[in-house]
Amino acid sequence: MVASINLAVPLSTEDVRSLKAGDFVQLSGDIVTGRDRIHKFLLEQKPRVEEIPFQLSGSVLYHCGPLIQKSGEEQKIIAAGPTTSMRVEMYAADVIKEYGLKGIIGKGGMGRKTLQALQKNSCVYFHTIGGAAVYLAERIKKILGVWKLDEFGAAEAMWHLEVENFPAMVTMDTHGNDIHHEIENMSLKKFAEFIGGEDRQAVK
Amino acid sequence: MLKLRDGIVELYKKVATSLPPDVEEGLKQAFSNEQEETKAKSALGIILENIKMGRDTARPICQDTGVPVFFIKVPAGLSQIDIKNTVLDATRIATEIIPLRPNAVDILTERNSGDNTGIGFPIIYLEETEKSTLSIDLMLKGGGSENAGQIYKLPASDLNAQRDLDGVSKCVLDAVQKAQGRACPPYLLGVGIGASKDQVTRLSKEQLMRKLNDKNESKELAKLESDLLTNINRLGIGAMGFGGNVTALGVKIGVNHRHPASYFVDISMGCWATRRGRLIW
Repeated sequence: MVASINLAVPLSTEDVRSLKAGDFVQLSGDIVTGRDRIHKFLLEQKPRVEEIPFQLSGSVLYHCGPLIQKSGEEQKIIAAGPTTSMRVEMYAADVIKEYGLKGIIGKGGMGRKTLQALQKNSCVYFHTIGGAAVYLAERIKKILGVWKLDEFGAAEAMWHLEVENFPAMVTMDTHGNDIHHEIENMSLKKFAEFIGGEDRQAVK
Repeated sequence: MLKLRDGIVELYKKVATSLPPDVEEGLKQAFSNEQEETKAKSALGIILENIKMGRDTARPICQDTGVPVFFIKVPAGLSQIDIKNTVLDATRIATEIIPLRPNAVDILTERNSGDNTGIGFPIIYLEETEKSTLSIDLMLKGGGSENAGQIYKLPASDLNAQRDLDGVSKCVLDAVQKAQGRACPPYLLGVGIGASKDQVTRLSKEQLMRKLNDKNESKELAKLESDLLTNINRLGIGAMGFGGNVTALGVKIGVNHRHPASYFVDISMGCWATRRGRLIW
């Protein structure tokens, strides 16, 4: 394994600006989850910060719909890997700006609009391992709370979680570096050779 | 039917918590094919550890336990309606006891049914067989990889793809190029070619049920499967899209006869955690 940087959440602007695409990190502290419905809700209903039961400013939003086991009143996280981040591309830039997030955890990377929002608002995109849901659930120490559970269901609710040494890699940083974009342009060259004809334009 | 119901619950449990041996073996080979100290190797190391943890603790490998897709072959004389109802009962029980993540969402109310049953959910394909045994294949198809699937109509001038196997290759490469790392590579690819949209989408998904070492009966298609795997891996997308030598573990192609005017190519993407299994009854 490659050496990694330990980070405590909430993150400061300095923390985030010091990170570079390619850095391996381990996050410890409180994070929140949110996926498709939470993003749509935040943008359409625009709840005020005080209506949200958790502190989002400085926090990290994990694109994750966890698998929860209920036994009586007790809830336990069984499996909790990332979901595809690109689905919330149309919302993410505004959510980062409105709620002061300092980090996103997900998989697959995001688009140009989010990359610009990361630069403008000093926020960073952490990529964790898709499908490694048991491994990652082991790094979640505690459920601290949940919001919108009845309305949205367990997968789409916002969970407030305490994590310890949660592993991820910075793939999009505050300086405009984007590993996904680099890989896509590299594979596009090979793809154009296979397809033949006129070379396709590099991905903008 | 009660015993069958319990058998299907067990099938669910096995499929959700342990990866098929051929896929795990493919991932181990992928790990050894990546260079030391690379992002892809590090990702594959975590993936292999996760597979082991899931199996050892009987917990689902991935939190997205997917849409259950059943391919069932029924001997003559057995009621297909009874089997369908038994699958629904087993699904409710499996969701609660394994547990599976409830994934069935009503289109109009946006309510999650909570037990993985709903309109057309799970997906159940029933077919009569001449054999005397009931055969139940189950795949738990994750949403992320399902979203990366593509359908093409040949010819496709933007891909320089004509109505031939070379054209099919270009479609498959395009689907992988578009997916990049978003659907959890290394991928398994199922390809269906034929006359109509509905038929090829099912056919491509059925290909994902084939074991990685399963060789196509057609020599031409066997060669295409192997050539495509080589070329996909040359794209360099790698595990998790981090860049690397292994972007796919296997390509499987199924064909139907087509209409002279039509040439549909459908691609089903399977993530590295392609979970499938069979119950013979």
